Amino acid sequence: MSGRFRRLAETDRPPVSITVDGKEIEALQGDSLMVAMLASGSALRDSEFGDGRRAGFCLMGACQDCWVWTTDGDRLRACSTVVSQGLAISTHQPEASWPNLA
Amino acid sequence: MAEPRVIVVGAGPAGVRAAQTLVKAGIRPFVVDEGRRAGGQIYRRQGEGFTRGYDELYGTEADRARDIHETFEALAPSIDYRPDTLVWNVAEGRAWLSSAGETEAVPYSALIVCSGATDRIVPVSGWNLAGTYSLGGAQVALKAQACAIGHEVVFLGTGPLLYLVAAQYAKAGARVAAVLDTSPFSARIAAFPQLAAQPDLLWTGLTLTLALKRAGIPVLSGVTPVAIEGDPETGVQAIRIRTAGGSERRFACDAVAMGWHLRPETQLADLARCTFAFDEGTRQWLPVTDADGRSTTPGVYLAGDGARVLGARCAEVTGELAARAALADLGHPGDADRRRTLLAAKADYATFARGLARAFPWPHALAAAVADETMVCRCEAVTAGVLRDSVSAKGAVEANRAKAFSRVGMGRCQGRYCGAAAAEIIAAARGEPVVQAGRLRSQAPVKPLPVGTARSGR
Repeated sequence: MSGRFRRLAETDRPPVSITVDGKEIEALQGDSLMVAMLASGSALRDSEFGDGRRAGFCLMGACQDCWVWTTDGDRLRACSTVVSQGLAISTHQPEASWPNLA
Repeated sequence: MAEPRVIVVGAGPAGVRAAQTLVKAGIRPFVVDEGRRAGGQIYRRQGEGFTRGYDELYGTEADRARDIHETFEALAPSIDYRPDTLVWNVAEGRAWLSSAGETEAVPYSALIVCSGATDRIVPVSGWNLAGTYSLGGAQVALKAQACAIGHEVVFLGTGPLLYLVAAQYAKAGARVAAVLDTSPFSARIAAFPQLAAQPDLLWTGLTLTLALKRAGIPVLSGVTPVAIEGDPETGVQAIRIRTAGGSERRFACDAVAMGWHLRPETQLADLARCTFAFDEGTRQWLPVTDADGRSTTPGVYLAGDGARVLGARCAEVTGELAARAALADLGHPGDADRRRTLLAAKADYATFARGLARAFPWPHALAAAVADETMVCRCEAVTAGVLRDSVSAKGAVEANRAKAFSRVGMGRCQGRYCGAAAAEIIAAARGEPVVQAGRLRSQAPVKPLPVGTARSGR
């Protein structure tokens, strides 16, 4: 599918491949994990309060909306993580959720 | 200790000038920065392997950005630099650092906090949809990563950043669907004399607006946001607003960048037990400082937008002032002429900032009137109705009690993005001035730490 973010320049960087929810996606060296994921997908995670998918908000490490998980269960803040070859990401948090909507 | 240890928090324009001033005086400061590279948000550097030049990245501020970066690089041998490191608490004369899962407490003789600012937000129905970003975030995507936040972007809010980021997007080839300003155009005319305190910044602002209009982009003033529309799965699809004339308009888009000026990151000042006072002009609680940046806590100095939002250029001035104040208090000789020059420059920037607050006012009535169904807390999907209920049914009289009842301010962002509007909602629900809603107390850690964080062996 086409991504949420649109690359406007700097696209001749070397490719890096990562997996998101088991699917391989191509990113570029120097991408933040957030840009890598949103250049080819539309969201980063589910809101644990039941109001839909989330794709980050502040991009500067203040809002914490862009948490994703490695398949090992570590939590990463996607806006401040740089992609690396072979990174395996899950957009579904391993913990419980607490739907907050009727 | 052989020499007093001075810690500078932040490596944006204020932190870099503070560090430079300390090094010139023969001090080797600790510089702790959350960023991977120095520059702060405003002069944020692009990723490794990117090739755009300074003019393309920073426009009219290219020379300033280059100077901040080069100054900091030249300081490298003379400072203890800790990039990628969060200061998550200040207590008992120590700053608590965390990096890569390890924490350590570093004692200081002087602490200069240059913690910067984040966007101030008015909640809009649908702002929890994927594809809604802060204005600052939209700018980071472009500057640091050469990306637009969407294929069709609407800019909503007020203040100079609204026009700056929209114009940067248009120039970089992004599609800008509309620029929607909640401030009436008449406010800009009224503020003209104060804005003239910085003629070149005023000129830049006018040029940007003109460029947007010339590009055929709808630029509307005096709008009232109605709703961001979309689908919980796929995100933003459109925004609806009411124009100044009262008619409703809808702009199709897949992304919205929103922001109403900035709010300072004051958590560390709060944890250091600095006194705060309510500032009527910006309707914000700000740490009290003297003209040089001394807080009410001995040994703690505040500079840059993290103390009071006066802009990036002024941050260079207040960073140097705060470092000079720290040096003077440590017994170093002062330079009265330099201090006078810096104080005069700061006064001019403060006049300009008052002009901006008048030209692009925080729409507090809009924030207070957010519909019951609209989410105020984006972190935990808590609506304005639940927040009002904490006041009307549960008897909360101020922000911290309302937070305990409603969880507004308790989520991941710790009140950074809901706090300003929540205070307006609480005050309006009680029929009181917003000062009575108080301010959210800061809690350590100021940002979430991994559970496995261990005490460093260092």
